[in-house]
Amino acid sequence: MKKVVNHPDKVVQDMLDGFVKAHHTSMKRIPDTTVIIRQEAPISGKVGLVSGGGSGHEPAHAGYVGKGMLDAAVVGEVFTSPTPDQVLEAIKAVDSGAGVLLIIKNYTGDVMNFEMAAELAEAEGITVDKVIVNDDVAVEDSTFTTGRRGIAGTVLVHRVAGAVAETGASLAEVKQAAEKVVRNVRSMGLALTACTVPAAGKPSFTLHDNEIEIGTGIHGEPGIERVPLQTAEEMSERLVEKILADKDYTNSEVAIMINGMGATPEMELYIVYREVERLLHKHGIAVYRAWVGEYMTSLEMAGFSVTLLAVDHEIKQALSTPVETIAFR
Amino acid sequence: MVILTVDQAKQWMIESQKKLVEHKEQLTTLDQAIGDGDHGINMARGFSEVVDKIEGTEYDTVADVLKSAAMTLTAKVGGASGPLYGTAFLKMAVSLQGKEVTAEAFVDAVDAGLEGIQTRGKAEFGEKTLFDVWYQVAAFLHSEPYDTWEGILEVCQAIIEDTREMVALRGRASYLKERSKGHIDPGSMSSFYIFQAFVDVLEWEKA
Repeated sequence: MKKVVNHPDKVVQDMLDGFVKAHHTSMKRIPDTTVIIRQEAPISGKVGLVSGGGSGHEPAHAGYVGKGMLDAAVVGEVFTSPTPDQVLEAIKAVDSGAGVLLIIKNYTGDVMNFEMAAELAEAEGITVDKVIVNDDVAVEDSTFTTGRRGIAGTVLVHRVAGAVAETGASLAEVKQAAEKVVRNVRSMGLALTACTVPAAGKPSFTLHDNEIEIGTGIHGEPGIERVPLQTAEEMSERLVEKILADKDYTNSEVAIMINGMGATPEMELYIVYREVERLLHKHGIAVYRAWVGEYMTSLEMAGFSVTLLAVDHEIKQALSTPVETIAFR
Repeated sequence: MVILTVDQAKQWMIESQKKLVEHKEQLTTLDQAIGDGDHGINMARGFSEVVDKIEGTEYDTVADVLKSAAMTLTAKVGGASGPLYGTAFLKMAVSLQGKEVTAEAFVDAVDAGLEGIQTRGKAEFGEKTLFDVWYQVAAFLHSEPYDTWEGILEVCQAIIEDTREMVALRGRASYLKERSKGHIDPGSMSSFYIFQAFVDVLEWEKA
């Protein structure tokens, strides 16, 4: 394992230290926690937005703390959900009395830890609600199983919910906006290489030089198929077609996110964008806006994900409001 | 008759920790096959924190010991196991609040723990999770006279073997669908060690 770390067990603490020092003008860390909050939190009259998850997905989630997005990000160990006591601290710190919305990616651990925190907060008299993001179409959706995972589409949920919360909307209204995004967003990714969790010291799986894994999650979970290396055009088509098979975006207008998994150059991501836009036009889908870059990574995994969000007037309006975060513009 | 004293409750946690540390590699290997490979690490760490906490604390009741364990597990284990075991022990503690731990009270507490796991994990029996073990143990305790705690072990061993043939429907293993077959569920295995520790502590008393 070759990584820029001091000690594998200290990566999260060291990262958080560096993070708050680098961005002290706009955010701070609640002492003795792994919670990053907006410098001005709690904001009077505004619904507080809290998200988070394991580390290793940077800039998620702390990079999305700021005006027009989150009030707090709760940071767990690498690829491990933060614990309820930490989430509770975040909830308490951002609640101004208007209530708090938790934005949770659909993983068993994340959902349980955030739900426990919500119960603890409610016991302290704070109104808490939640939305669960499950945009990954690589996993079959079913009420009988854990269901689809939450991946890069989560960032767009943060953004729209954050914009609506800035207007002074009620908790119910912010939740409604977030759920609209969840209903309309789909993503899928693929990996060219695996990633190595620092404490584990070895890659979570192995791919040969000429192999790619279609449908990987953001923790190096297995995908749906392992195939020989293809062209950018073929890879993009594979993901787009699978997304369109899950949700019909024909004749709609979409926002696109091409997300790098940690070790894919922007050059390649723009090549993917070129292919994705061309494919969408072929399907009669108009593009409203695009984001190309690293938004929800998986340590140093090479690969990318494609996210599509059908936009209406309300979502477009939300996406065009001012946003001041480190990682999203 | 009181079957579990405050000291025995502490011993239960200490024995659980020993077994989980001893079998850390095994649990991690099981989890690598169908999960994210950190179950042994997380459980050993979590129960070591529990032992650190309870060894240095005076308790008046068994409920207080279990509540302390619950809070520590919730805060230290992480992943899905932390909330599941944390909830199980918390519900047991609530069920035992203000009571001496008789066999009847303990069976009620296991029921409460089971219900907590179900509420938290939304699992049903047969979905290849630790709920399966708790479900079978509760069923056994309801069906047998209370002087046969060792019977818990056989019940656990049987259900653990059964999880091998199950397709996972909850948790990270569920992404593997059919490929989750052929592997024992790591959460069921760690629950076995916890119940085994409980039986050991009660058996010492007899010996």
